[in-house]
Amino acid sequence: MGWIKTTFHKTGSPRWFFTGARSWVVGLYVFGALLIVVGSTWGLGFVPPERLQGNSVRILFIHAPAAHLAEAIYVAIAIAGFVFLVWRMKMADMLIQAAAPIGFVVTVLALATGIIWGIPTWGTGWVWDARTVSTLLLAFLFFGLVALRQAIGREDRASRAVALLALVGVINIPIIKYSVEWFTTLHQPPSIVIGEKPAIAPVFLVPLAVNVLGFYCFVAGVVIAALRARIVEREAGTQWLRDWISKS
Amino acid sequence: MRLFFAQFRRDLLVAVRSRSDAANPLAFFVLASVLLGLGAGAALAPGIIWVLALFANVLAVEGVFRRDHDDGTLEQLLIHAQPLFPAVMGKLAAHWALSGLPVAVLSPVAAVMLTGTTTGVWVLMLTLCIGTPALTLLGAIGSALTVATGRGGLLVAILVLPFYVPVLIFGASASTAAMLGDPVAFQLLALAALLAASVTAAPFAVGKALAISQEY
Repeated sequence: MGWIKTTFHKTGSPRWFFTGARSWVVGLYVFGALLIVVGSTWGLGFVPPERLQGNSVRILFIHAPAAHLAEAIYVAIAIAGFVFLVWRMKMADMLIQAAAPIGFVVTVLALATGIIWGIPTWGTGWVWDARTVSTLLLAFLFFGLVALRQAIGREDRASRAVALLALVGVINIPIIKYSVEWFTTLHQPPSIVIGEKPAIAPVFLVPLAVNVLGFYCFVAGVVIAALRARIVEREAGTQWLRDWISKS
Repeated sequence: MRLFFAQFRRDLLVAVRSRSDAANPLAFFVLASVLLGLGAGAALAPGIIWVLALFANVLAVEGVFRRDHDDGTLEQLLIHAQPLFPAVMGKLAAHWALSGLPVAVLSPVAAVMLTGTTTGVWVLMLTLCIGTPALTLLGAIGSALTVATGRGGLLVAILVLPFYVPVLIFGASASTAAMLGDPVAFQLLALAALLAASVTAAPFAVGKALAISQEY
């Protein structure tokens, strides 16, 4: 169990993370981009049209990964908020700062692709449906995290306030997740449930899985890159950073 | 409990003795209903009244800690040896008694003005009586987070409006159903559940946010 503690402490050190994570960024970018290219080409070009939805089903290879990732980013932010409030680890705060705008963009992507898919399939781009509304609220939660940090001038106070807001906002995640099960909605219930037989045919499932993995890897790369930028910003003037710059 | 009532009484006295502030949310609510009656007509009245009550609430709750922050009372509240929970509850209860309660009590009048019928107005009032305290509790989190920045306003609205949505959904749907003569028990129970959840959890978040704002 010792290695968990070591990893925890190492990840909490901006210096270790900054120097160690450099190769990770490139690896995640390449691997993620490769998977996205493969999954999207497969999904857009080679998967047969769906029986009822026709060709419009293809945008789901973008929509589902983006929507899934948006929630995952918020959960990561909320966990980081908890870690920051309890252990005051600077890295957790920097993670929130780096991931919030990225989460906003991914959420907007999920909403936009959902609207594009909805126009031919539901006959309307926007419905006041529990899941669409709660996803829109998720976008505003990300926006609020950025806005609150900008409004509070003092850095230490801003960090703690944002961490608390992130933690309070996690209440929205179960609402999004179970909105399609608790309420009668136009949005379909989940097609893939762990431990059950997926409700979509394997011919759609495989490229979708490839794209989900690709989205996760690529955005993880983007978040780590943004996190390294934050580290440079906050640790500017420290000796280790100067040494690192003069060395490379 | 003694602390709760002491804080409740003190906040009511302060508010009543500086009369102008206390009446603002109510005046806003009445004025905005009149404007909507002129501009939009009677369609969707229960939903409109709920949205107005919500805006009145966010405008009012934005300043709930402002005066105490400015004169240092808030700092005293945090450093004295008593638990924070009853004091926060007392403060918010007093705030709600002067902002949410009058709006709820007056809502049947607004509803009758807008729709010309009395069907369902009592249910509307009941939903506001259950819903607005939940709004005040949730809104106080955003207010506490921003109190030290000196610029709450729109920022508080952006932070807390997403959290208001479940309350709005059940409140407005109960009022609309009541106007059409449909059963409303489910929505009322859901509203009550939201209120119970916010009474239990929100004061802790408010206390933590206040501690951050005063740097304890």
